[in-house]
Amino acid sequence: MTITLAILLGVAFGVTLDRIGATNPGYIIRMLNLSNLHLMKTILLGIGVASILMFGALLLGLVDPGHLSVKAAYGGVFIGGLLLGLGFAVAGYCPGTGLTALATGRIDALVFVIGGLVGAFAYMLTFGSIAETALFDKIAGGEATLGPISGTDYPALFDVMSGEWLGMIAGVAFVAIAWVLPARIDAARK
Amino acid sequence: MTSWKQVPLSWKRGGLLLGLVFFAAVLLAKPIGVSTQFVILDGILWDAVDPTVVVPAEEAKSGYTSTNPYLDKSGGKYAKNVANPLNYSFVFVIAMMGGALISAVFRGGVPRDERTMPAVWRANFGDAPWKRYLAAFGAGFLVLFGARLAGGCTSGHMMSGMMQTALSGYIFSAGAFLIAIPTALYLFRKEG
Repeated sequence: MTITLAILLGVAFGVTLDRIGATNPGYIIRMLNLSNLHLMKTILLGIGVASILMFGALLLGLVDPGHLSVKAAYGGVFIGGLLLGLGFAVAGYCPGTGLTALATGRIDALVFVIGGLVGAFAYMLTFGSIAETALFDKIAGGEATLGPISGTDYPALFDVMSGEWLGMIAGVAFVAIAWVLPARIDAARK
Repeated sequence: MTSWKQVPLSWKRGGLLLGLVFFAAVLLAKPIGVSTQFVILDGILWDAVDPTVVVPAEEAKSGYTSTNPYLDKSGGKYAKNVANPLNYSFVFVIAMMGGALISAVFRGGVPRDERTMPAVWRANFGDAPWKRYLAAFGAGFLVLFGARLAGGCTSGHMMSGMMQTALSGYIFSAGAFLIAIPTALYLFRKEG
């Protein structure tokens, strides 16, 4: 059953990534150099829609809170984000879009994935010597969310209202940003 | 006239579809993530060369242990997945590649001149494939090293993380875009 779900959801995600243009590194690069924000608008709307549906379903008791999986916040998350951002801009690939682009027949994506396997291996060999450093000191209790979410023990950043309603508001904010974001910035670019 | 057949989809249709997929994943199973599976594949290859890397261990929480501290962390969680590749997350990523392949076939595949590099790269750096491949290799290294240090990537931290209002998702996205946008502005001055 789990494997059937993995196949169905995986195929749906792969088809979606290809259909929104995310398997084309040209769209990712042009999102990042701000000359075509189509994909940025798509991603922001996607996050917003997913958030509204998920928190709405949590409020209605349709989603098992145990399905949530909030990752820990620590300094390495930011540093890792910086490293990923650099490679993301140079190649126009991230791990998921690199693998799917490879599947669509892009050769530079194959090279990116091989580089990725080497990079992941380098991290596996490095982890033992950095595991005890301040890079992994938790921020705000680790697996923190904006507000307290019922049925979970994630620490909350703000305790003013329920995490579910804060999540709905965050979702609406993502949708609104997707809506107002222009199709491109820096129109003077030639 | 836009339709569900054009690629890319309009941002409204595409965003709706993307949101539905991320919601379906958390409704039925768990939030989407990809980058861990690079580690699992590395582990599978490594264990094939040296079978002592991952071994069953009754005292470990997962039932497996590894000589590599990263595979062995959290009670050997990754070691277990290396020993049993037919697990949810690994199959998900293989199926994701299958889905992209099916979608690409239905839209006629990727044009030949696009397969080595995107037009925007060609416009800025010329059409020598080795230059693009060298950059793609180095970028792949950085992206996966960074994703593993961060504990997730664009799917796990940025999409799934911010969907769940996770602090880590916001921190990761801030870091990624802080570097990615200036780098792309600097490297890709011509649009292609």
